[in-house]
Amino acid sequence: MMANPKMVGLILTFLLVGGVVGYVGGWYVSGASTTGGAVTVTEKITVTAPTGGAVTVTERITVTAPGQTQTSGQLAGEIEIDGSSTVYPLTEAAAEAFMKLHPAVKISVGISGTGGGFKRFVVGETDINDASRPILKSEAEKALSSGVEWIEIPVAIDGLVVVVNRQNDWVNCLTISELKKIWEPDSKVTKWSDVRPEWPNERIVLYGAGPDSGTFDYFTERVVGKLKASRTDYIASEDDNVLVAGVEGEKYALGYFGYAYYPHAADKIRVVPIRDDAKEGSECITPTDETVSTYVYPLARPIFIYVNKKSWNEKPWLREFVIFYLENGENFVRQVSYTPFTSQYYKAAAALLRAGITDGLFSLTQVVVWKNAGPH
Amino acid sequence: MGHQVLTGAERRHVGLRKIFDRVLPIILSVAVFVAVATVASLLLTVIITGGHRLSWNLILNYPSANPEDAGMRSAILGSIFTVGLSALICIPLSIATAIYLVEYSRGGRLSSILSYNIANLAGVPSVIFGVVALGFLAYWLGMGRTVITGAFTLAILTLPLVTVTSVEALKAVPDDLRFGAYALGATTLQVVRRVTLPRALPMMLTGGILGISRALGEAAPILVVSGLLFIREDPTSLFSKFTVMPLQLYNWISRPQPAFIELSSAGIIVLLLILLALNGAAIGLRQYLIRRMGQNWR
Repeated sequence: MMANPKMVGLILTFLLVGGVVGYVGGWYVSGASTTGGAVTVTEKITVTAPTGGAVTVTERITVTAPGQTQTSGQLAGEIEIDGSSTVYPLTEAAAEAFMKLHPAVKISVGISGTGGGFKRFVVGETDINDASRPILKSEAEKALSSGVEWIEIPVAIDGLVVVVNRQNDWVNCLTISELKKIWEPDSKVTKWSDVRPEWPNERIVLYGAGPDSGTFDYFTERVVGKLKASRTDYIASEDDNVLVAGVEGEKYALGYFGYAYYPHAADKIRVVPIRDDAKEGSECITPTDETVSTYVYPLARPIFIYVNKKSWNEKPWLREFVIFYLENGENFVRQVSYTPFTSQYYKAAAALLRAGITDGLFSLTQVVVWKNAGPH
Repeated sequence: MGHQVLTGAERRHVGLRKIFDRVLPIILSVAVFVAVATVASLLLTVIITGGHRLSWNLILNYPSANPEDAGMRSAILGSIFTVGLSALICIPLSIATAIYLVEYSRGGRLSSILSYNIANLAGVPSVIFGVVALGFLAYWLGMGRTVITGAFTLAILTLPLVTVTSVEALKAVPDDLRFGAYALGATTLQVVRRVTLPRALPMMLTGGILGISRALGEAAPILVVSGLLFIREDPTSLFSKFTVMPLQLYNWISRPQPAFIELSSAGIIVLLLILLALNGAAIGLRQYLIRRMGQNWR
C-alpha cells in the first residue's frame, strides 16, 4: 500500500506549487497594472446651475493625476466599492453599464453594510462607499484623523412603508409619535387598543427590518429618535419577502420595510398613510413616487455614494465612472425600482462634478426638488 | 417444567411491550417520511420556482442588474477555488491531526485536551471564524481579502468536522491489526502507513465530503472575509478578489423583483448540482480506494 503516502505527497506538492504559482501570478498581475507617470487632464465645461434662476457657471479646472496614466483615451484601472446592500443594486447597475463601455476598468462592489463599508472607507481601503444614511460623526472623525476626505453624492431616494394586513379596516393613518410609541424600546404597546382605545383589543404582531440593515437604522433614527433603538420583541428579517408574507398572513400584523419593495407587494398588503405630527398642520400622506421623491412623505430619505477625494483626484477612470453614474442615474434607479430624484438633479450634479465642484451636492437635491414641487 | 405463572402486572407489562414493538416501526417510518418529504418539498419548490431560469447565462455570465443577463460565473469560480483549496488544506491537516491523536498520543492527557478542544471548535458559529480570519489572516498577516484567505477560513471552519471523522475512522481499525503489526516489529510510522491509514482512508474521505459540502454552503464567514459580490473577472490567482455562490443567492433572494427570486432558485439548483458532482467524485474515489484495499488485503 504505497499509494497513500504518494497521495499525501502529491497533495502537498500541489499545495506548494499552487502557492508559488499564485503568488508569482498575483505579483505579476498587480505589478503590470500600475505602470505610470504624471498626466495632467484639463477640462473646461459650462454648467447651468439650477440655483434660484438660471445662473451660468463656467469652471476651468486642472487636475493632476500622478502615478497613473490614461493611454490614448482608453480608461484602465481598478475601483473598489463596498457598503450598503440597499445601495448595491444601483451601484451594480451603474458598474455593469460602465464596464461594458470601458472593459479595462475593473470595478468590484461589496455588500458589507453601510457601517461595515464605512469602516473600510475611513481608512482609505475603498474608493467609494455605498451608504444608505449620511456618514456618522464618529466615522467622519475617524476619516479625518486618517487623512481621508470624501465627496458626498446623493444618488436616489429610499422610502419606508408601514403596512398592515388587507383585512385591517381600522387603521387609516398613523402618526410618527404613534409609531414611536409602538416601536420604542420597552414599549408598553401589546394590543392595537394600546395605540388608540377605539382600535381592537387584539395582540399586535410586529414585523420589521433586521438590526443590520440600513432600513432599520433609518427607521429607528427617524421614528424612535435614536439610532438603533428599537423594541426587540418583533419578527425581524433582512428579507422583505419574509416581512410581506408575515403581514399578509396575519390579520393583526403591522410591519415596515423599504419603499422600493412596496410596488411588488402592493396587492398583498395595505399601506398606511403617515402623518408627521411634529410639524404643525401636517396631513396624512400616502407614499407614492411623487410624495416620496419630494420628501413630502415623512418616511423618505436620500441614499448616497461617498467618494474618496484622493481617489477622485488621482484616478481619471473613477471620475468618469462617478459622472457616468449620475448622468444615467435616473435610468439606473428606475431599473432597480428605487425612487429617483428629478432628472434636473442628475444632470446638474453630473455637470458640477465634471467641472470639479464636489461640495454641496446634497443641497442641490433639495433646491431642484423645491423648484419642481413648489408653487411657482 | 410447565408454564411460568405470570402475575397480572407482569402480563400487562408483556402486552405493553408487544404493542410498543408493533407501534415503534410505524413511528420510525413516519419520522423517515417527514424527513424525506421535507427535502423533497424543498427541492420541488426550488425546481418549480427556478427551473425555467436555468440557462447557460446563469453559469457563464457575470453578475448583472438585468435578471435576463445575470449570471454567477465569478461566484461559481470563486466557490470552486476557495472550497477546493480549503479541502486541500483541511483534509491533509485533519488526517495528520487524527493520526497524531490516535496513533501517537492515544489516551494521553494532551490528546484528551486536544480532542475536547476540537469538539468545542465544531460548535463555534461560522461567522466567528470569518471575523478571526479577517483580523488575523487578511490584516495582520497581510493576505488581504483574497481567495487564499477565504480558503483558509473555510479550511479552519471544516477542520473540526473532518478531524473528528478521521479520528473515528482510525479508532474503527481493529486493534488486533495494529498489535499484530507491532508484534512483527513494525515502527509506528510503518503501522500508520501500511495498516491503519489505508483502512481508515475511505471513512476519512466521507468526512472530507461532509466538510466540502458544508464549506460550499457557507455565506456568513465569506461575507465578513470578502464582502464582495459584484466582480466581473475570474479569479486567476490565490490573491484574486472573490465572491461565492451563497452570497450571490442571498443577495438575489432579498431583492424585490420576482425575476431575481426565481434566479436565486435556479442558482440553488446549480449549487446543488455542483455539490452532487463534488460528492460523486469523492464517493467514486472512496469506492476506488476500498476496491484497491480489498485487492491488497485479501
